[in-house]
Amino acid sequence: MTANSPSEVKIEVEGLNFFYGPVQALFDVAMRIPARQVTALIGPSGCGKSTFLRTVNRMNDIIPGARIEGKVLIDGRDIYANGTDVVTLRKKVGMVFQKSNPFPKSVFENVAYGPRIHGAAARPALAEIVERSLRRAGLWDEVKDRLDASALDLSGGQQQRLCIARALAIGPEILLMDEPASALDPRSTARIEDLIGELRRDYTIVIVTHNMQQAARVSDFTAFFYEGQLIEFGRTKQIFTMPREKQTEDYITGRFG
Amino acid sequence: MSKARTERAFFWLMRGATYFIVLAIAYIILDIVRHGLPAISWRFLTGFPQKSGAEGGILPAIVGTSCLVIGAIVAALPVGMASAIYLSEYARQGAFVRTLRLAIVTLAGVPSIVFGLFGLGLFVLFLGFGASILSGSLTLACMILPTIIVSSEEALRAVPQSLREGSLALGATKWQTIYENVLPYSLPGMLTGSILGVGRAAGETAPILLTVAAFFLPKLPRSVFDQVMALPYHLYILATQHPDVEKVRPMQYGTALVLLVLVLGVSLGAIVLRSHFRRKYRW
Repeated sequence: MTANSPSEVKIEVEGLNFFYGPVQALFDVAMRIPARQVTALIGPSGCGKSTFLRTVNRMNDIIPGARIEGKVLIDGRDIYANGTDVVTLRKKVGMVFQKSNPFPKSVFENVAYGPRIHGAAARPALAEIVERSLRRAGLWDEVKDRLDASALDLSGGQQQRLCIARALAIGPEILLMDEPASALDPRSTARIEDLIGELRRDYTIVIVTHNMQQAARVSDFTAFFYEGQLIEFGRTKQIFTMPREKQTEDYITGRFG
Repeated sequence: MSKARTERAFFWLMRGATYFIVLAIAYIILDIVRHGLPAISWRFLTGFPQKSGAEGGILPAIVGTSCLVIGAIVAALPVGMASAIYLSEYARQGAFVRTLRLAIVTLAGVPSIVFGLFGLGLFVLFLGFGASILSGSLTLACMILPTIIVSSEEALRAVPQSLREGSLALGATKWQTIYENVLPYSLPGMLTGSILGVGRAAGETAPILLTVAAFFLPKLPRSVFDQVMALPYHLYILATQHPDVEKVRPMQYGTALVLLVLVLGVSLGAIVLRSHFRRKYRW
C-alpha cells in the first residue's frame, strides 16, 4: 500500500480508525500524501473518502459522537495530539465544500472573512489579500467591478471559485476539496480543473471525486477507498492502467460503484 | 362534490377564519378609539391624576409602564438571547438539554398571577427590593423570557449549517462563527420574540399588582426602587374599584387607548428595526 512518493511527504496517516458513535467508518487507513501534488480520493458512495478528507482538518470534531484512533501527521506533527490548536491547523489546511457555501455577504467580505478573523483589520491590507486571492482563483476579472455586490448573486461556477478564493485568502499550505465540481456544469467543471492544475504548483491538494475521468485528468496520485478501507494508493497513471488490486480494477472498469 | 369544489370550499373557510380574526381586532381597536379619543387631551397625557384618578391625567402611569417595559426588555433580551445561543450552539443535545427545553416551554404556560407571587416572594421580600420598578421589571422579564428564548432558538436553528462549517473551516473559533456568521442572520427572528414580549410585558396586570403598582401616586419615579403607577393596573382600578365607575368610563377608554398606542408604537419600532436587519443581512 505504499507508493513511490517523491521527496516530501506532507500528510502521513497511520493506523487511522474512525467511528461515528458505534459505527466504524474508516478501518486502519495508512497513507502518505506527497507535498505539492494533487492526490485524488476515489471510491463508491459511502466508502469513507469524505470522512477521511475531513479528518485532515479536524472538521469531524464538530460531529457529536465522532471518535478517532490513530495518527494524522502534517509536516511530521500529529494533529490529534493533545494541545493541538485547531484554529492554527485550519489556517494551514483550507477546505472547499461540495455544495458551494458563499456567505450571505458581499464578494469582498467573503474573501476577507478568513484574514479578518485571524486579525487583519486594515482595509488596504485586506483589499490586497482579496485581490490576490480572487486572481489566484481566476475570478478577479469577473467580479472586480462588483466587489460589494452580494456573493449570492454570482453563478454556481463563480460561487465555487469564490469559495476557493476564500480558502486561499488565509494562506494555507494544503487544500482539501470535497467534490468541488460535482454540482457544476461541464464548462465550469473544466475551469475548476484547470485551476487545480495551476494551484498544484504552490499547494498540496487532496480532492475527493466520484468522477473517475476527473481523477485521471487532474491528479498525480490516486487513493481508492472501498467500504472504509484504503484498497490501493499509487501514481494515477499506474492506478488507471495497471491497478494491483482486483477491486481497484473492477471499480475503474465500472463493474461496480 | 368535485375535488375543485372541495378545495375552493376549504380556501373560503380558511379565508373566512382569517378575515374574522382581522375583523375582531379591528372592532376592538375601533371601539377603544371611538370611546377613548374624547378623553385624550394634552392635560390627560401630561397631567397628574387628581381626585383618586377621576380627573386629571395619567402621566405617571405612562411613565411607569414605559419604565417597566424597558426594564423587562433590558433584563430579558440579553438573558434570553444568551440562553438560546447556548441551547442551540453549545449544549450537548442530550436528556438534560431536552428537560431544560421542556422547563422553558412549561414556564411559558405559568399563569401570570403565579409569576406575580413569585416576584413578590423573590424580588420584593427575599432580595429586599421592595415594591419597585426593579421588582416589577424583573418579574415581567421572567414572564417574557420563555417566548424570547423559543423564538431566538428557532431563529438560530434556521441558519443553515453550511454557514457554520464554512466559517469553522477557515479557522474561526466557535464564538467567532456564531458572532460573525450566525447571529446577524438570526436577529430578525430574535426581534420577533421581543415584539411579542413587549406586548405582554406592557399589558399584564397580575405580575405588577404584587410587585410594583400603586393606584394613586401623583409623582414621577426617581429611581428603580420607587413604586410606580402602570396603565393596565390603572385601567383595572378605574373599571372596577372606583366608587363612580360610570363617571370615569371615558378615562378608562382613554387609558386603554394610550396603552394600545404605546404597545403598537414599540412593536412598530421593533418591526422597523427587524426590516432593517432583514435587508442588511439578506440570506
